[in-house]
Amino acid sequence: MAQDATSYIQHHLTFAKTDLFGGFHLDSFWISLALGMLFVGVFAYVARKATPGVPGRLQNFVELIVEMVDNQIKDAFHGKSKVIGPLSLTIFCWVFLMNAMDLLPVDLLPTFAQWYGHTFYGADPHHVYLRVVPTADVNVTFAMSLTVLLMIIGFSISAKGLFGWIKELFTAPFHAESLPMIILLAPANFAMQMVEMIAKPVSLSLRLFGNMYAGELIFILIALLPWWINWVLGTPWAIFHILVITLQAFVFMMLTIVYLSLAVEDH
Amino acid sequence: MEFNSSLIGQMITFGLLILFTMKFVWPPLTKMMDERAKRIADGLASADRAKQDLENAEKKSAEKLREAKQSAAEIIAQAEKRAAQLVDEAKGTAKVEGERLIAGAQGEIEQQIQQAKETLRQQVAVLAIAGAEQILRREIDAAKHADMLSSIKAEL
Repeated sequence: MAQDATSYIQHHLTFAKTDLFGGFHLDSFWISLALGMLFVGVFAYVARKATPGVPGRLQNFVELIVEMVDNQIKDAFHGKSKVIGPLSLTIFCWVFLMNAMDLLPVDLLPTFAQWYGHTFYGADPHHVYLRVVPTADVNVTFAMSLTVLLMIIGFSISAKGLFGWIKELFTAPFHAESLPMIILLAPANFAMQMVEMIAKPVSLSLRLFGNMYAGELIFILIALLPWWINWVLGTPWAIFHILVITLQAFVFMMLTIVYLSLAVEDH
Repeated sequence: MEFNSSLIGQMITFGLLILFTMKFVWPPLTKMMDERAKRIADGLASADRAKQDLENAEKKSAEKLREAKQSAAEIIAQAEKRAAQLVDEAKGTAKVEGERLIAGAQGEIEQQIQQAKETLRQQVAVLAIAGAEQILRREIDAAKHADMLSSIKAEL
């Protein structure tokens, strides 16, 4: 049983990977892409048919989300930008959908994949892997947070100019009046700025990744229990996880807004 | 934790999703919501305006009603006055007419009395003559006493 449990867990934690491009997680890629398509598909469909008159249920739901995101931006973002709204909405919805894959039974899609691979490609079920929660893949979370970092830099440059941005890298957070002091403080300032710049994406992505990975792992552990007792732990954890996945999506979005707002403000 | 080219793939996917949302999702939705907000604001404003209009109209109608009542009262008063005047006039006319009629009737009566008197006078004379004739036939000649009879006639 111990060996069984270990291999079960390991099987669940192995990506469907191709060695092309020096290693590429097909499961994360396709699932996140499908969920992204689901999000933009539904929202674009509603956006196309949207009417300022009496809204339908779907439109109401979509409006609810858009309005929530818009309100957060109005509260937290002190500047003008065409990107911040769509960016925040995409982050919230996409991360939420990817997180929500956690709520599917842990064996459902992997088992289906094994059956599919075995039936149509004659693959050994033991070597068919599928991880269904893209946000439990560091590549996914880091891809998002690094994109956000690029946006932070882009926002800074467009708000302060390239020179202004570089100047700020060396003159903040410690300000000085005289030139020698400025030069003296420049290395310290630059070091602080670098730490900040690295800390932002790392904290963003690791927070999301850690939560989702831990959640998934616990679902896998619960799945090891006998089938008739499974619900005792599985149900409360899933219910609790509804909160976690929503909260993590919200936190990722909110921090992105805050970081971008800091980027356009003067220190 | 294992980093590989998935990272780049995901960044591209993320970027494309953001672009799509920027182009096709966010602008129409926010535009529609702004439009609805404006519509609601317009609706509220026009409701306010309608309320104001209603108030004004009510005030105006109350004033009109008051004016109408007043003018009606005036008209009634005038009519009453006129009626009284007419009645007075009619009374005056009737009085005059009555007096005139009375006067006329009296004149006629007088005239008829005169006529009757005349007739009576004639008949009395004739009767007197007839009577006298009967009396005197035996003893007196009518022609003899004619002037005496006519003096009696004149005294009647």
